[in-house]
This record gives sequence, structure tokens and C-alpha cells, in this order.
Amino acid sequence: MTQAAAQRRGGGGWHRFANPARFRRIAGAVAPWASGLAVALLLLGLALGFFVAPADYQQGETVRIMFVHVPSAWMALFCYTALAAASAASLIWKHPLADVAARAMAPIGAVFTAQALITGALWGQPMWGTWWVWDARLTSVLVLLFLYLGYMALWQAIEDPAKAAKACAILAIVGFVNVPIIKFSVDWWNTLHQPASVLTTEGPKIHASMLWPLLVMAAGFKAYFVAVLLLRMRTELDGARLRALESRLAAAE
Amino acid sequence: MGGFWTIVARDLLLARRQGAATLLVVVFFAMTVTLFPLGIGPERVVLARIASGVVWVAALLATLIALDRMFQADHEDGTLEQLLLAGPALELVVLAKALAHWLSSGLPLILAAPVMALSLHMDARGLLVLLAAMGLGTPILSLVGAIGAALTVGLRRGGVLITLLVLPLYLPVLIFGVGGTEAAILDTSIRPHLLLLGAGLLGAIALTPWAAAAALRLALE
Repeated sequence: MTQAAAQRRGGGGWHRFANPARFRRIAGAVAPWASGLAVALLLLGLALGFFVAPADYQQGETVRIMFVHVPSAWMALFCYTALAAASAASLIWKHPLADVAARAMAPIGAVFTAQALITGALWGQPMWGTWWVWDARLTSVLVLLFLYLGYMALWQAIEDPAKAAKACAILAIVGFVNVPIIKFSVDWWNTLHQPASVLTTEGPKIHASMLWPLLVMAAGFKAYFVAVLLLRMRTELDGARLRALESRLAAAE
Repeated sequence: MGGFWTIVARDLLLARRQGAATLLVVVFFAMTVTLFPLGIGPERVVLARIASGVVWVAALLATLIALDRMFQADHEDGTLEQLLLAGPALELVVLAKALAHWLSSGLPLILAAPVMALSLHMDARGLLVLLAAMGLGTPILSLVGAIGAALTVGLRRGGVLITLLVLPLYLPVLIFGVGGTEAAILDTSIRPHLLLLGAGLLGAIALTPWAAAAALRLALE
């Protein structure tokens, strides 16, 4: 799908954003706001988490790790969902920016997943007395990390970017069956890891003084995700443009 | 459907004539299982405890061996393109290839599994459940493996990549497969584990050919 083809469709709906120049303009306008918002929210969230939220009566000060751990785990799942959605958009509508977005999202998601695992280990050592337990949920987050790594490896293994994009899109959608298994694995296997306590049908089970820092951090991570995603997508588009110019130059010589 | 069985028969013939591919898979399986008593020690109780897990892990790895050849040889000599042009729907080709892969690697593993499980002191009830679970689970491995094989067809280092792509997707099979035998040992209901594996198999039959066929079309563009 080329820029011209996107314009032939009248530029309606999502294809309005398929034009790289227009995307670049919008991204350029949004990115500073997203970055600023991310910094502000993360600072506020950390301040709330460190100084306002009380220490837990069972977990003590260690509970503060949760303000990074839980939003990271949410982001790990969110990024993979977004990755699969972008992949589906790329396969179904052949949206050119969806490929770029999917490719740009994968490393961000991988980092959040790694962060969830590392902070989880740091929390587990004082709480459970061990860095790692082979509990279903921990294991499935580890598997999620492997899914991200496999996705990125496949992208690097295929030379033709258009083919790589499609193959990776198929892989992302196939891997997506794993995401609900992760979410509901707590209920299925219900082992050491505590069951979900924020999104339950009876409403949040944790106190507001702890819920707020959590939500602010989560919003901060989301803003960070948007800022970094836009940056990576712009870099990706610049790279594609550079490659096109180089090949044109090579052809002219 | 005529073309379907032709492909199955052809792949089986190729597997038989291309130098004992099936034997290789079974020997790899037996060797892997043998490593565990050597690594862990010969205590009867310990081995009986880990038997089902060891057999499943070895089976998982053994099915990977023949996976990278599922489409690779046909891609290299152009057969795959002919199949795309003149054969049955590519989804059926994938199903046929996965069935042939299962018949030449999954089924022999199920036949070899009792010997290996008994050598690890698994009891009779656990063994029956293990075989039932493997009967339902190993076809899933072939079907899901077909996606990995189709995605990496034509890549230079596809074999290594398949492992990274496919093993995470194999995990639910391992969990429910081992869960069934565990339940038999602990004398709880084995039904949910086998039902989940059966559901997984039906889902895999219905869905994986689409993904693998899409990946193949991409490779043949």
C-alpha cells in the first residue's frame, strides 16, 4: 500500500493517518505533550508512592515496589494487545503505519515485561523469601517475554521489510492467544501469586491511598509508551526514507 | 480431499525413505529421557515423581526435530509453489503436512513413551493417562509447529528460530498434559485436563491451518 493508494481512498477513517507526512506532523505535535505528561505523572506517582501511601501492615515498606511492578505488568499485557491489534490492522487493512507501529511497540513491551519480572523478583525476595517461584502467573509473564523476543528475532531474520512485517503480524496474532491465558491463569491455577485485586467485580479491594499512586503510575507509563512509540515510529520512517534515498542514489550512479 | 491424502502418503513415503527420520526422532526422545536419571540420580521415588514431566518435555523437544523440514524441502525444490497453484487449498496442504508430521514423529513418540515412562517407574494408571494426554496433545504440537515452520520457511537459520517461536506456544500443552498425569497420581479428576487438551486440539485443527497457510503464501510471494 502506497501513499498514493491511501489518498485514492479519499483519505477517510484511519487512512487519514497513513500519509507519513501527516503522521509526522501530528506525531511531532503530540510527542512533546506525551513526554511532558509522562515525566509529570511518573514524578507525581513516585512521590505519592514513596511519601503519601502508607506502608502495608503485612508487607511493610516493600509494598512500594508494587507501584512500579503492577503498572509494568499491566503495560506488558497492554503492549502485547496493542501489538496484536496493530498486526491485525496491518493484515486486514494493509495500513502502512500499523506495521511501523507494531515493530516499534515490541521492544517497549519487552522492556516493560522485563521490568515487571525484575521488580517482581525484588519484591518476592523479602516477601516470599525467594527471588523466583514457578508459579503459573510468573511463568506466563516469562513466556510473554519470550514471545516478544521471538517476535523481534523473526523481524530481524527476514530481510525484506514488507515480508517481515506480514510474517511478524501473523506471529503476533498467533501469540495473542497466550495473553488471555496469562490474564486468567491466576484463576485457573491459583497458586502462590495473589489473585487479581484491582479489577474485580466487587470493585477495587485495595485502599484509596494505595490505589491512587498505582493509577497515577499506570497513567504515567501509558504516556511514556505513547511518547516513546511516536519517537520510535518517526525514527523508523526516517530510516525507511533514508534507505529509499540511498537505493535511488545507488541506482543513479 | 483426494489431494489431501496424496500429500499425506507422499510425505510419509519421503519421511521413510529419507534416512530413518522417524527413528532419529525416537532415538532423540529416548536419549533425552535417559539424561534425566543420569543427571538427577536413580532414586525410584524422585524419578516416579518427575516421570510425566520428563516424558512430556522430551516429546516436546523431539517433535521440534523434524519441524524445520516440514515445508523447507518442498520450498527449495519448488513443490510448494506447484501445490499452491494446482493442489488443494493451501490450508488443506498444511493440515495434510501436519498430519504426516504427526504420523511420522508424534505417533512413534506415543509408542515409545510407555517404555520410557516405565523406566522412570511411572505407575500403570499414570501411564494410561499419559498416553491419552499424548494422543490429544502431540497433534497440537504438530499443528502449532506448522505455523513456526511456515513462518521460517526460506530463512537461512530457520531451524533455531522455530524453537524460539514455537516453544512458548507449546506451553499450555505441556501444562495440561502433565496436569493429567499428576491428577492421576494424586487421585483427583483427570477429566478437566483431558477435556482442555481435546478442546485445544479442536481449536488447533480449526485455526492453525489459516495462520500457517497465510505465512506460506507470504513466503511464496
